[in-house]
Amino acid sequence: MSKYILFNVMQVLVVMAFSPLAMGVLNRLKEIVQSKRGPSIFQPYWDLLKLFRKDEVVPKESSWIFRFTPYIVFITPIFVTLLIPVLTDYPLFWAFMSDMVGAGFVLALGGFFAVLAAIDTANPYGAMGASRTRMVGFLAEPVFLIVFFTVSFVANSTIPYIVQQKWVISLSDFFEPSHILLLIAFIMLILAEKGRIPVDNPSGHFELAMIEESKDLEYSGSGAALMKWGGWMKFFVLMIIFLNVLFTPWGLASTLHWGAVLLAIPLVLFKIFIFILFLVFIESSLAKLRLFRISEFLSTAFVIAVIAMLTSIFQYGGK
Amino acid sequence: MQTLQNTLPLITSLNALVGGLFMITAFGIVVTRQIRAGLKFFIFQSILLAASAFLLGIKPFSIDLLIVGVINLVTKVWLLPLLLRHMVKKEIYTRREITQVFNIPTSLIIALVLTILAYFFTLPWIETQTVLSIIHVNVPVGLAGLLLGAFTLIARREAVPQLLGLLAMENGAFFAGVAIAPDLPLIAELALAFDILMLTFVIGILTRTVNEHTGNTSVGSLAKLKEGVQK
Repeated sequence: MSKYILFNVMQVLVVMAFSPLAMGVLNRLKEIVQSKRGPSIFQPYWDLLKLFRKDEVVPKESSWIFRFTPYIVFITPIFVTLLIPVLTDYPLFWAFMSDMVGAGFVLALGGFFAVLAAIDTANPYGAMGASRTRMVGFLAEPVFLIVFFTVSFVANSTIPYIVQQKWVISLSDFFEPSHILLLIAFIMLILAEKGRIPVDNPSGHFELAMIEESKDLEYSGSGAALMKWGGWMKFFVLMIIFLNVLFTPWGLASTLHWGAVLLAIPLVLFKIFIFILFLVFIESSLAKLRLFRISEFLSTAFVIAVIAMLTSIFQYGGK
Repeated sequence: MQTLQNTLPLITSLNALVGGLFMITAFGIVVTRQIRAGLKFFIFQSILLAASAFLLGIKPFSIDLLIVGVINLVTKVWLLPLLLRHMVKKEIYTRREITQVFNIPTSLIIALVLTILAYFFTLPWIETQTVLSIIHVNVPVGLAGLLLGAFTLIARREAVPQLLGLLAMENGAFFAGVAIAPDLPLIAELALAFDILMLTFVIGILTRTVNEHTGNTSVGSLAKLKEGVQK
């Protein structure tokens, strides 16, 4: 029992420790593709360190929401980490606390508070970015739900560990059309949810075009550090859900042995590295969509998810 | 349910994957704004069709299906784009965006409804099959491809995308056909293949003529019969 709890805590530590690294690698690779040298892959760690050392400035007119939000944004991905398989393929201590829908809601809670805080500062750009984030968010919501429906049709459950067990069984399940379509829809969802390039440009700092960036414009010092770190962890958690639950549920520890669990860390990081290479490919080859084309992007994701659900229903329902 | 799923042969599930991707390309032809992207989707769809024919031709070995696959590759993947590029080069490479009757989310929703309809239409027939087979994938997906092609034909107002819609319909019919009638006489396939080329040829000439008369290839602006119609 104590081992289950320890491993669960270890998952959280892994996510906390390696999420800035993933971001650093992603940024560095993007710069290399653009034939620049780019910052060191450890730059996000230095950024965090610098921000934690600095003083925090809080707008005079803002309410408790502004001060409270960084903690919520920081805590929610950690909470989700307790529910999903990061290192092991057997359920850990808190695994049955909630399912994937619950995890989605917890992540959405962080986003909700970030939006409230952006409006709270009365900075016009904050409110504009917040409303845009909500637009992307509510267009992404149906896709999320349909993806979960499909998963529950195929695996008869939405607990991440059980879903992962379902797809680890055989290769022919992997090539099922509903599975592949689901993966495509989920990738589009990650891109939209984390403001990556076809939807939003993460490195653009032009206020009128910002979507994701504008929410933490007013934060400074440790507040900014927590917001940034929370955002990176959310990205990491989404990648983990995609890779360990839906796409490649291999290479995870299957025994209660310490060595197996420690060995799973480099394997998982390797999978994430491959996924980051893929992201760099997408980000370097596509242009940012105009704001009102985002609805087309997400409705395409929605349609793909619905087709995934249809094919799975009719494949099983025909029996 | 569980055991049945696990005993699926790899070929059947690969074919199912091809079916899923086929559906995506059909949607792609409906929603793209650029003719060139639509053409690429069509080429990819034809490759998938050939892949399905190959996969179905391997297991109960059927030389007919393999030849169908080869004919597909030669005519639709190689000859047809060549012909189109030769005849309407400017049309494919310079025009950026093409008009559509509906905006993109609306046509996506309509396309989705058509797909669901395709599944419902084929359901009674699917239920007569006792084992999970290629019929489960190819027939509804093929019918959906056919309906989506027809929808493209209606929703576009330009000659070349309409041609792509027509060809997508044909692809859909073939996709269902390779599963239902694996030993269709080869002469029919060959005739169809040449038919497609002739069709492309005719549409290409039409496009050129329309272009000469009106300055663009929007079929919608052919509504007026006056001399010297402007765009």
